[in-house]
Amino acid sequence: MEPIVQYKEIHKSFGDTHVLKGINLDIRPTEKIAIIGPSGSGKTTIIRLLMTLEEPTDGDIYVAGENLWKMEVKGKMKPANEKHLRSVRKDIGMVFQHFNLFPHKTILDNCVTPLVQVKKMKKDEAVDLSKQMLDRVGLSDKYDAYPSNLSGGQKQRVAMARALVMKPKIMLFDEVTSALDPELVGEVLEVIRDLAEHDEMAMILVTHEMDFALEIADRVLFLDGGVIAESGTADEVINKSENPRLQEFLKRFRKEEV
Amino acid sequence: MTYWSWETFMDAFPIILAGLKITLGLTVVSYALALIVGFVWLVLESTPFRPFNFIIYWIREFIRSTPPIVQIFFLYFAWPMVPYIGTSFTPFVAAMLALGIHFSTYISEVYRSGIESVDKGQWEASTALNFSTRDKWTKIVLPQALPPTIPMLGNYLIILFKEVPLAATIGVVGILSLARSYGAQTWSYIEPLTIVAILFLLLSYPSALLIRKLENKMNRRFEKKQKKVKVVE
Repeated sequence: MEPIVQYKEIHKSFGDTHVLKGINLDIRPTEKIAIIGPSGSGKTTIIRLLMTLEEPTDGDIYVAGENLWKMEVKGKMKPANEKHLRSVRKDIGMVFQHFNLFPHKTILDNCVTPLVQVKKMKKDEAVDLSKQMLDRVGLSDKYDAYPSNLSGGQKQRVAMARALVMKPKIMLFDEVTSALDPELVGEVLEVIRDLAEHDEMAMILVTHEMDFALEIADRVLFLDGGVIAESGTADEVINKSENPRLQEFLKRFRKEEV
Repeated sequence: MTYWSWETFMDAFPIILAGLKITLGLTVVSYALALIVGFVWLVLESTPFRPFNFIIYWIREFIRSTPPIVQIFFLYFAWPMVPYIGTSFTPFVAAMLALGIHFSTYISEVYRSGIESVDKGQWEASTALNFSTRDKWTKIVLPQALPPTIPMLGNYLIILFKEVPLAATIGVVGILSLARSYGAQTWSYIEPLTIVAILFLLLSYPSALLIRKLENKMNRRFEKKQKKVKVVE
């Protein structure tokens, strides 16, 4: 099967800091990928590049065969303009660590507005679809509430519904439980588990929830020193790898958990 | 009480009041101009051409740092003498342009502070949802950026209102001009100028109260929504 996303020799620097040093990665259309690694290893940067929130310093990213950051103008490759970015970006959705809900809009309107503005959907159709999705994440009693009335877990579920109504082919999760109180993590993971089991789309999770990542991911990537240091099924990465950095990372992580 | 005559007061009042239309009119058109030009500064200062933005920044800084009365004089007396582009303005138009452009430099700072108060995550979320640049501004950023600036914008309206009498210096016949000519004709200055002060107070003070109220409302705007929803529950 053709990969839906391809990273080719991706480099990213912020000023003098070389964060990503040659990322190569193919993602299949239904694959669920978890990215783990020490903080500062560039996990989040990998998905932010795909969401076009950061521009790579070097290398190419392809989405469904289309070069994301470059476009062809009269036979030459030029930096992508906003129009090109929009045409490629439409298949990608993202959920953020800090939710980023629109505080001036109700929960329902948070979902309806992008459908109407971006997908040009009819209002009542958009409302139906949004309600359906909010029901799915367990928020059917909150349509008219504003984000400030919700708990962190509820906010994050709205953020997921808002991304899902857009029917992305690739969903990115950027440490979506890191800003939550521990007792609210479960409800958010439950929604992701449901998506992973029942939805066809590709998913990339950047997460510190190690056990969860290992449970739902088809493939686990260990990012270290700006490169993908280990890649394989959960079992391969956790139990069979002999990478000393990974062993150390896992050991420290287990210790923290106890 | 030889210095104060109620008779003079009652005589002068309707004469001076007739100028209120001009004074208020000049305030409103200058303010409208300031609101528009304030936005133009913002756009001109954020083009992709850095040196151009820099030049605009200094022009704005220059206008802000010179007194409005100098600008009024310049537009009224000096502008007609500027070769090629110079034309003469009526006193009202010269005052409107000078005050409007002068205050636009403050208004533009207010807009900027409003826009900068919007969290970076709002931009990122609207990119992730693939909003067009236009929709990002009109649906997401401005609706959050503008309401908190309303009290500040209101304050500048009151300050501008109090600067409008400067236009009397080039002959705009507002309440101050009328009071002065009434004084010149009758040799009574106390009553007409007191009337001017009272008119300004009557208009400024309630506006200031209104703005304070708005400010409180803005500070509590998300709380309020919360309460409303709780009632529904």
